[in-house]
Amino acid sequence: MTEPQAVTSKEEPPERAPSDTMDRIVSWFSRHRSISVIVAMALFSVLLPLLVLLPPLSGFNRQGVWIDNFNGAGIFVLLALGLNVVVGFSGLLDLGYAAFFAIGAYFYALVASSFTGVHLPFWPMLILGAFVAALFGVALGAPTLRLRGDYLAIVTLGFGEIVPVFFTNSDALTNGTNGIAGIDRPSLPGITFGAANPLPFYVTIVVILTIVLIFLYRLEDSRLGRAWMAIREDELAAASSGVNTVTTKLLAFALGASTAGLAGVFSASRLVFVSPDQFLFTVSFTVLAMVVLGGMGNIWGVAAGAFIIFLIQSVFLRQLTNFLQPLGIPFISDIDFLKYQFLIYGIALVSMMLLRPEGLFPSGRRKRELHTEGEMEELTAPGEAAEPLA
Amino acid sequence: MLSQLRVLGIAIAALVVGWLLMLALVWIAAGTKDLSPVVASGTQQYLNALTIGAIYALIALGYTMVYGIIELINFAHGDVFMVGAFLSLFVMTSLGFSGAISNPFLLVGVLVLVFVVVMVVMGLLGVGIERFAYRRLRNAPRLAPLITAIGVSFILQNFIQVFTNSQVPSPQLISLSNRFDFLGASIAYLNVLIFVIAIVLMVGLQIFVTGTRLGRAMRSTAQDREAAQLMGVDINLTIAVTFFIGSALAGAAGIVYGLYFGNIQFNIGFFAGLKAFTAAVLGGIGNTVGAALGGFLIGFIEVGAVVVGLSRWSEALVFTVLILVLVFRPSGLLGQPLGERA
Repeated sequence: MTEPQAVTSKEEPPERAPSDTMDRIVSWFSRHRSISVIVAMALFSVLLPLLVLLPPLSGFNRQGVWIDNFNGAGIFVLLALGLNVVVGFSGLLDLGYAAFFAIGAYFYALVASSFTGVHLPFWPMLILGAFVAALFGVALGAPTLRLRGDYLAIVTLGFGEIVPVFFTNSDALTNGTNGIAGIDRPSLPGITFGAANPLPFYVTIVVILTIVLIFLYRLEDSRLGRAWMAIREDELAAASSGVNTVTTKLLAFALGASTAGLAGVFSASRLVFVSPDQFLFTVSFTVLAMVVLGGMGNIWGVAAGAFIIFLIQSVFLRQLTNFLQPLGIPFISDIDFLKYQFLIYGIALVSMMLLRPEGLFPSGRRKRELHTEGEMEELTAPGEAAEPLA
Repeated sequence: MLSQLRVLGIAIAALVVGWLLMLALVWIAAGTKDLSPVVASGTQQYLNALTIGAIYALIALGYTMVYGIIELINFAHGDVFMVGAFLSLFVMTSLGFSGAISNPFLLVGVLVLVFVVVMVVMGLLGVGIERFAYRRLRNAPRLAPLITAIGVSFILQNFIQVFTNSQVPSPQLISLSNRFDFLGASIAYLNVLIFVIAIVLMVGLQIFVTGTRLGRAMRSTAQDREAAQLMGVDINLTIAVTFFIGSALAGAAGIVYGLYFGNIQFNIGFFAGLKAFTAAVLGGIGNTVGAALGGFLIGFIEVGAVVVGLSRWSEALVFTVLILVLVFRPSGLLGQPLGERA
């Protein structure tokens, strides 16, 4: 009933008249979340290709290359959003997330490429790919989600390893290490999707992301979303309050997997090529780093984190190396910054967990949950021979 | 004393059963009626399995001890093993040894020195990792230390990768061509030595855990941290000691790995760590005897897969075993949910 009240009380505005309009706008948007997402995504996706025409960015790449990079970033944003459901909402650690990405991509490669000779249309396959990945998610989750959370981490890590091994070794089905080439691009009447023309792909991924975002925002506040967070914060208490923990966790797993499946189908049709080495554990870990750094549980934080990290790693680190090398500064010019990618991730993950566990863009609830150190310190401190054994 | 004799008896029986099983596998795979080549190649494969298993077992001990005491899957542990392998390479080459040593006294001296240096440094590395990355998160939600563990793993791997990206040869101080004949099989002394070293370290650990004051502190902390603290156990020291021992054993495994395979790379810790963790789960996480048993079983499964011609699938097979164990017997072979853990 008093929802708008809560918004107004936050910022005490000096003047009456403009604040009323502001309040009205703010409260209107907070009541119409889906429309806000559409407006924000539309603004952002129109501004982005224009922004890269401006000096510092335009020096790095041409606009077409930038848009192609944004498409790649979009895939990782999608992956991060899906993993956020599993890790951020439900607190389950999935370390083999790339497996579902691979399943989506290989599914599309098998139903729409010259390798198999089957050419099913892209759009229904996008949905079906998500569905297939979700099935695998359920198949993996059903036996393992009954276990303690950290076992799940290991099982998913193992699964993430088995899937590329399977695709590598099943030559007849997947053409082994060489991968499947000649995958169909999406088709729409009057529009050509192509390597030279990344714009249709850009529009497609923006639309997919918008739909997924709306879906996730609505899900977060639904009964299911609250059940996920209850499980994350205290599984026992959630179970005692009547949440069916296994089904709820399974749904999180399936939903995360289906998002990865979407990303997989899109990625396969964009690159027109899949091979096992696109889906190694580094992908899973990169996406995990994106989710953690962006702020577990916060939808737009995770999306922003993924977008920024992808651009840093695929554009700026490369540019930095290219920029520093010809300068001939001893030592610094020899550094290939791409080599340090995982060192940077590692340091970022550790310092993030120690200093700011809620991520760069925290969600309020998550922040309260993670900042319990003050009261806990007393439990550990008394022994206090803090000097490490040496 | 009696129970120790019983354990010894069971261990020997298990060794014999494993040997017979391997012979059976080789026999099935070969499909010949003639038994003597089967015995020869089966014995040889069995020794390989024991050697690889010993490496996994040494790594698995660290996983199981750390999990037993703070319920954390220490993802960085496999990378501590890898750093140990590189440190051993560094120590050996800076001492000026790059190949086999023929003088037995010199060989023993160098080996002892390498083991002492690597194990102590790796132990300190483990203590440092615990101090900086895990201790502050001991009471945080479970996800937090798992993620720092992954972060530490990234850091260690990338740190080594910066120095060398590709496979580097590691000195094989004992040549694999030094062999003796046993039941028609020609067996490298190195295989036997690795097995013996692993057994000595494991028995030493067992004596430490069951027989010393610190060992008792470790067991009590594993059972109930708060109660142990109330009884005057220094929790921080005990956990640090656990990390020291676990990481030192991983370091020893790293040395042995380098000696045996002769090649090391920055990413060996990932797979070896994963398999060793499987071993720890298979044996019953938290249980040191179980971890050793699990390590040997994983070694056996891997070599067995090669024997029956599934070498490309050996990794997938190990993970399948892991998933099956977790589904059907999550407490592992020797695990007791509330029993003695160390």
